[in-house]
Amino acid sequence: MMKRIEELLEERILVLDGAMGTMLQQYKFTETDFRGVRFKDWPHPLQGNNDLLSLTQPQAIAEIHQKYFEAGADIVETNTFSGTSIAMADYHMEDLVYELNFESARIAKEVAVKCTAREPQKPRFVAGSIGPTNKTASMSPDVNDPGFRAVSFEDLRLAYREQVEALLDGGVDLLLVETVFDTLNAKAALFAIEEVKEERGISVPIMISGTITDASGRTLSGQTAESFLISVSHIPFLSVGFNCALGASQLVPHLEILSAKTPLAVSAHPNAGLPNAFGEYDQSPEEMAFQINEYLEKSLVNIVGGCCGTTPAHIKAIAKLVQEFAPRKCLISV
Amino acid sequence: MNPKKQHIVQDPPSFLSSEDRNVDKKHLKLAGLEPLIVTPESNFINVGERTNVAGSRKFLRLIKEGKFDEAVDIARHQVEGGAQIIDVNMDDGLIDGKEAMVKYLNLILAEPDIARVPIMIDSSKWEIIEAGLRVVQGKCVVNSISLKEGEQEFIRQAQLIRRYGAAVIVMAFDEKGQADNYDRRLEIASRSYDILVNKVKFPPEDIIFDLNIFPVATGMDEHNRNAVDFIEATKWVRENLPHCSVSGGVSNVSFSFRGNDTVREAMHSVFLYHAIKAGMNIGIVNPALLEVYDDIPKDLLEQVEDVILNRRPDATERLLEFAEKVVGKTRENKQDLSWREEGLQDRITRALVKGIDQYIVADVEEARQLATKPIEVIEGHLMNGMNVVGDLFGSGKMFLPQVVKSARVMKKAVAHLTPFIEASKDATSRGAAGKILMATVKGDVHDIGKNIVSVVLACNNYEIIDLGVMVPPEKIIQKAIEEQVDIIGLSGLITPSLDEMVFLAKEMQRKNITVPLLIGGATTSKAHTAVKIDPQYGAAVVHVNDASRAVTVVGDLLQKERSQGYKEQLKSEYESFRNKFLERGKRKEYISIHDARKNKKFLSWKTSKIVKPKKLGTQIIEELDLKLLRPFIDWSPFFRSWELHGKYPEILADAVVGEQATELFKDAQKMLDEIIEKKLLQAKAVFGIYSANTINEDDIEVIDPVSGKKFIFHTLRQQLKKKKGVPHLALADFMAPKKDGAKDYIGCFCVTAGFGTQELAQEYEKAMDDYNAIMIKALADRLAEAFAEYLHLEVRTNHWGYAAEETLSNEELIKEAYKGIRPAPGYPACPDHLEKETIWELLKVKQSIGVKLTESLAMWPAASVSGYYFAHPEARYFGLGKIGQDQLKDYAKRKGISLEMAQKWLAPNLVEE
Repeated sequence: MMKRIEELLEERILVLDGAMGTMLQQYKFTETDFRGVRFKDWPHPLQGNNDLLSLTQPQAIAEIHQKYFEAGADIVETNTFSGTSIAMADYHMEDLVYELNFESARIAKEVAVKCTAREPQKPRFVAGSIGPTNKTASMSPDVNDPGFRAVSFEDLRLAYREQVEALLDGGVDLLLVETVFDTLNAKAALFAIEEVKEERGISVPIMISGTITDASGRTLSGQTAESFLISVSHIPFLSVGFNCALGASQLVPHLEILSAKTPLAVSAHPNAGLPNAFGEYDQSPEEMAFQINEYLEKSLVNIVGGCCGTTPAHIKAIAKLVQEFAPRKCLISV
Repeated sequence: MNPKKQHIVQDPPSFLSSEDRNVDKKHLKLAGLEPLIVTPESNFINVGERTNVAGSRKFLRLIKEGKFDEAVDIARHQVEGGAQIIDVNMDDGLIDGKEAMVKYLNLILAEPDIARVPIMIDSSKWEIIEAGLRVVQGKCVVNSISLKEGEQEFIRQAQLIRRYGAAVIVMAFDEKGQADNYDRRLEIASRSYDILVNKVKFPPEDIIFDLNIFPVATGMDEHNRNAVDFIEATKWVRENLPHCSVSGGVSNVSFSFRGNDTVREAMHSVFLYHAIKAGMNIGIVNPALLEVYDDIPKDLLEQVEDVILNRRPDATERLLEFAEKVVGKTRENKQDLSWREEGLQDRITRALVKGIDQYIVADVEEARQLATKPIEVIEGHLMNGMNVVGDLFGSGKMFLPQVVKSARVMKKAVAHLTPFIEASKDATSRGAAGKILMATVKGDVHDIGKNIVSVVLACNNYEIIDLGVMVPPEKIIQKAIEEQVDIIGLSGLITPSLDEMVFLAKEMQRKNITVPLLIGGATTSKAHTAVKIDPQYGAAVVHVNDASRAVTVVGDLLQKERSQGYKEQLKSEYESFRNKFLERGKRKEYISIHDARKNKKFLSWKTSKIVKPKKLGTQIIEELDLKLLRPFIDWSPFFRSWELHGKYPEILADAVVGEQATELFKDAQKMLDEIIEKKLLQAKAVFGIYSANTINEDDIEVIDPVSGKKFIFHTLRQQLKKKKGVPHLALADFMAPKKDGAKDYIGCFCVTAGFGTQELAQEYEKAMDDYNAIMIKALADRLAEAFAEYLHLEVRTNHWGYAAEETLSNEELIKEAYKGIRPAPGYPACPDHLEKETIWELLKVKQSIGVKLTESLAMWPAASVSGYYFAHPEARYFGLGKIGQDQLKDYAKRKGISLEMAQKWLAPNLVEE
């Protein structure tokens, strides 16, 4: 019988995968590739809709998951970062949201099952990636009208509900509410997850990962790391953490706060450094692993992976590194 | 929700260390943009309620009229005024509550200075509460839910609140009605708690009970126990329903005394005093309607406590009777504005003498309109008033704190006039009596005394150019020339500043400057001024150590007719003082360091028990709750810094300065309350205890257990010839010699309460409020000293633990009745400031708490204290006195520094050759 992720967390530091977008860029897909056969007559441009590739280029998505597992990842994230009706409105694909999430989950799970079968001592997991959407519920996009909101809690709750149901139906093992830049958006997602869990009478591990966007150590919506943590403390998470926006080193002070303030597992999936003048991430796997070494020496994390700019080579370096360290002591909610 | 499937965060398993477990302590944690964590150590959490349409008529009007921008300002004022949570309520028949709640919350959440605190969503309508919960990203408090509509609705609402991630206030209300006695409060609270914790799985720390505060002294006997029942029920709830909080709206209790603020304020304060003791930790209190408990007159206090605590059957009647008297008296007191009807000059003079700034702008404006030129108001009305202040101060009828308050009024008046003066282009004609440059010298950071002197001189119509602290000599000279000042005032507190002053005098002489020099500050003395500074400078040098003398001295120096004579007189006075002093110095006899060492204090290390510290190595206190320091404050030096002399607390009743001291003390308490409540200052400390032994007679070898690195503390030994049998002490005598083989220990520390002082003082200065700018610095100094005292106690009884049984009162602490000592480098037992560098290196002071050393080795922030801990029961404080060249040479060699450098730092302690 496969070990549960909660059990594994007590034994070792788990490795999350790296960037999906960075890997997809290497395929240099054109508008035609994005459309595939099914959407060749879609009336709106589709290039850049990475989530759609789960339907039109499923073999590429599977291949990327496969590479990350081979690099040593214990958990891969589904290709569903923008899989809500709110984010998909840009492509007028609101009606495809269920199918996108379901298929993405199914593809990842299939790869995971195969890898687990090959190496039963190292079970592989799929986390349903739930992104922040492209709107904020706590801030006004219009400086002249600070009371205005482009999206409401109710809109978000309904959109997230749809995504969560599809991810669960597609077979994900856990849910990852990530890149939280506005805690209210996340709270709507968490509200939806709790509703679905209650209705289905199921239990599913939930990870949450915020993003600190500036040097002052605050989220985009202005909260400190500790405030963010307190504001979502009503949910029995598997882990709390930070990802994106910063490189591994810049994330240290914020992880230190989390690590000191929560008994739960702590996760981190930073970018491969800060972007260079061309907006590219050029930190090498060795450089990144060197910086992540500080997390491990300070015993700050239980789950570590990569965000923008990271590749299987980065994950491989990280996976090798974490073997040398015991996991941070944490409280596993059962 | 299916409870079996829920992931419930339980108490952490045992493999977590105690430190880890701390993070999961069941404290009420709320969040706006910043966290608010309510721990048993937290002060009472004050909820701002002016953003409540039921509580504020102004707010209701603004909302009704759709003036949301102005309504947002009310929330801002609340937060600026210290509210830690903002209660928002839109329950009014004429408002669409849901729409108003959402709109208002969205607006205040867009203001980071408001949104930093958590929100309390207050409504009796569930739909309004839910609408509010959907727009707030932080963790809010719902105010409130209750069993009024039955269990089912209560559970439904609680579950939703949980899912939205908020804490909740539960009213003591059920199907039968509101709890109005002790038993009903307990019954409803425990039933609600049981349902929430056991059925809903609501975290108990997120539950806040509102146990209903009802009025007392209503004339109806059944209301007599209203306050007592609340207080006792609060105590029961806090003791029996683990982790929850208790809250309430305090003003209700005094409802029957509407219109009599004196009695109401006393009632609120008495009620809170007892309710907080019983465990009420959150509440809605209007700070404007709150008297300081200790300031309530004894007779009123007794009557009010009789009522609140229901101590006698006729309590209400007695208080009512008393209240009528108070009403009469307050009218007399508070509304005695008859002076406002007096003539304009009298009004301005009175405002200046009494320090009342309320009407000064209006009065000055009136004077300006009557005057032909605005400058005349300053030269006429204001100077006339300030002359009265100066006379009263000079004759000892006014005291320094009052003068500083007068200065505050004066500044406001001048600020009002300045634009008019500039517009009329006769700014230059402002006839200041003289221009005085003030500076704290290079390397020194202490400026309370300098600021006081500046303020007092400014009051006497001198123009002050204050260059601040750590001012390099070349800047002082350059400014003095540029501004053509009439006098230069130099200030310093630490001994290296003495040298700086000498250097500056030499430089001024070299540049042929003849501006008189005023010397002041704690380490300066007439002797040093006469012996070291005066001979270097051809022009007048005068030592002035208090503000009132500064006024006379400056007056004499600048008075045209007398000036020359006075300067000559000063010169000869200082010369004769110098000669006498040097002769006296020569009469003292010193012995060689060799002989002094032979006569050191020999302590028996075999018989005395050395207690091994509980923990060796360095420890850091990141931020200490300032509340803990309050009882450790030694107030006497505080009064001294304001030139009120006497011992606390007797000084408060002193026949001469008692009234002023009491007033000053009250202001200090008020500011201290604010400092503590709003955490305006940060108290940090780093300290450590280490294995140590005396080596080579006078040095102490210290071992850092982490790096294994050895550090040496160099101590200095007395050399003044003494009676037979009296030892020549060095601190090293209190430490076991290495060669004796006893394992001994030494501690060292640095504490600070100074972070934040600078900013606050600057804010006050910007608001032209020198009184409070000086006050905050004086208080920060006191807190730092209190911290040193507190930490020493902790070290003695706990960290080191050699005096674990000690129980000393604060007075005994001030008298240094404790075992062991904490001498500080730069002070009499070990005057070498350089030793601080070793402490800094050993404790990593700068890296760990940010306290820095200036080039003169003053600590920055100024409100900091550092030193050593010696535990030996016979260790005591002593003064080194003067040392000879032989010890100086030996010391320089031991320390590995040049003779010149040792000479420079130990100059004040060298025997004059």
